Amino acid sequence: MKKTIITVVGKDTVGIIARVCQYLADNNCNILDISQTITGGIFNMMMVVDMTEAGKRFSDIQKDLTAVGESIGVVIHVQNEEIFDMMHRI
Amino acid sequence: MINIHEVFETNKMIEREHFDVRTITLGISLLDCIDSNLETLRAKISDKINRTAENLVRTGEEISEEFGIPIVNKRISVTPAALVGGAACKTPGDFVRIAETLDECAIRAGVNFIGGYSALVSKGMTQADEMLIRSIPEALARTERVCSSVNLGSTKQGINMDAVRLMGDIIHETAVYTKDRDGLGCAKLVVFCNAPDDNPFMAGAFHGVTEGDAVINVGVSGPGVVKAAIEECRDAGFEVLCETIKKTAFKITRVGQLVAGEASRRLGIPFGICDLSLAPTPAVGDSVADILKEIGVEQAGAPGTTAALALLNDQVKKGGLMASSYVGGLSGAFIPVSEDQGMIEAVEKGALTLSKLEAMTCVCSVGLDMIAVPGSTSPSTIAGIIADEMALGMINQKTTAVRLIPVQGKKVGDYVEFGGLLGRAPVMPVSTFGCSRFTDRGGRIPAPVHAFKN
Repeated sequence: MKKTIITVVGKDTVGIIARVCQYLADNNCNILDISQTITGGIFNMMMVVDMTEAGKRFSDIQKDLTAVGESIGVVIHVQNEEIFDMMHRI
Repeated sequence: MINIHEVFETNKMIEREHFDVRTITLGISLLDCIDSNLETLRAKISDKINRTAENLVRTGEEISEEFGIPIVNKRISVTPAALVGGAACKTPGDFVRIAETLDECAIRAGVNFIGGYSALVSKGMTQADEMLIRSIPEALARTERVCSSVNLGSTKQGINMDAVRLMGDIIHETAVYTKDRDGLGCAKLVVFCNAPDDNPFMAGAFHGVTEGDAVINVGVSGPGVVKAAIEECRDAGFEVLCETIKKTAFKITRVGQLVAGEASRRLGIPFGICDLSLAPTPAVGDSVADILKEIGVEQAGAPGTTAALALLNDQVKKGGLMASSYVGGLSGAFIPVSEDQGMIEAVEKGALTLSKLEAMTCVCSVGLDMIAVPGSTSPSTIAGIIADEMALGMINQKTTAVRLIPVQGKKVGDYVEFGGLLGRAPVMPVSTFGCSRFTDRGGRIPAPVHAFKN
């Protein structure tokens, strides 16, 4: 299974996780893990997601989530997990 | 499973520390295009490059999007044109036609540079080699994306001083041909000793004759990442400093390896090598000179600089070697002047001279790179500077190179502005003592004693 990492960074506000999760649910993306921290009012979240059953193409989901991020004032990145695995695991 | 800190560490490198994959370079052999008819040869070259490189740029962009890592350049390198054009070209003008074909191919493929307008003449020049070399000034003036390189010496064969002297003239002429653009042609022309066959970086990339039909080589970068990492150990000893550089180089190179593997798989072209070089850009925070300052010298060029660069280069190699299945190319720290804001500053403050740069090239890859010198610098002086640099490479069994820009109509203290990745450079002083009796002797410098290992 190819895993996708979604990161969300920005000023903390009500409903960030809800908005992102709603989008993922609507598009049949399964959330495997969520972790988050808030440092100095800045919200940092990482999700591990399985998008193999997603109805949309990877690049479309990227664009959609970028737009979701913009609408709530946070930056959302969608990346293939391999880049992190390669860098941090031998 | 990957944790949140690791994910944000990677993204911080990309977003704040200018980490990127500097280039995916597709090497293409043109040996099977050789023909004695120039027009047929040009058609075959076009066809082969267009076919092989058709999906290069799109694939690079897809990988970049999917992994969230910028891939700054997509490029092509080809078999040295002197070998490919030897049968068809009867004049230097014929070779210029090949350069034009390469330029058209680069534009069609959407790559910003195509390398391999080259000749390998470390021991002798064939007629074709000499014609190609003599065509370089016009070829670089008439094309936009073609890069040229000439290998003038090697540890195994010594230095071809006839070719060194000729390149003194050619570099001067290239500057004259492109004087309306501050000698831009010279920024696309480099001479080597011990040129590698699999270098993905321009201007010196060519697809060596030892290579297969096509190959993917990747150059990673990340001076900003190394600098940020060692900021954390400012007061630490050399052991901690070296370990930090090594670990950072490992992480950077792993991403290069990933991108190379993906590009190779998606294009159906074998993976060649990862080049471990720390390649700066003119952007603030993407400077090798800034790493040297962070290591502890006040400016690049201050006493201690050569040692600092030596340890940096060595740790980058040690970290990178384990991160990639195949390492090659130039692999080290680049010290171009115009492409590195910290180096420009060091020259402006009087800390960095041509002599110090020459010393630094003994311990790093690659050589005297992107250095603007007065337009009045004589061809024999340029040849003398090249000869010195070639000797360093030959004796130390390493690659060395020279990319000088004798800027016509400009003197010490003036500036050249190339823009983009090529940056801007202050014109640096060159020794005014002559060397023409040396460079004009003719013939070759014999291979050094190190060459005889059989």
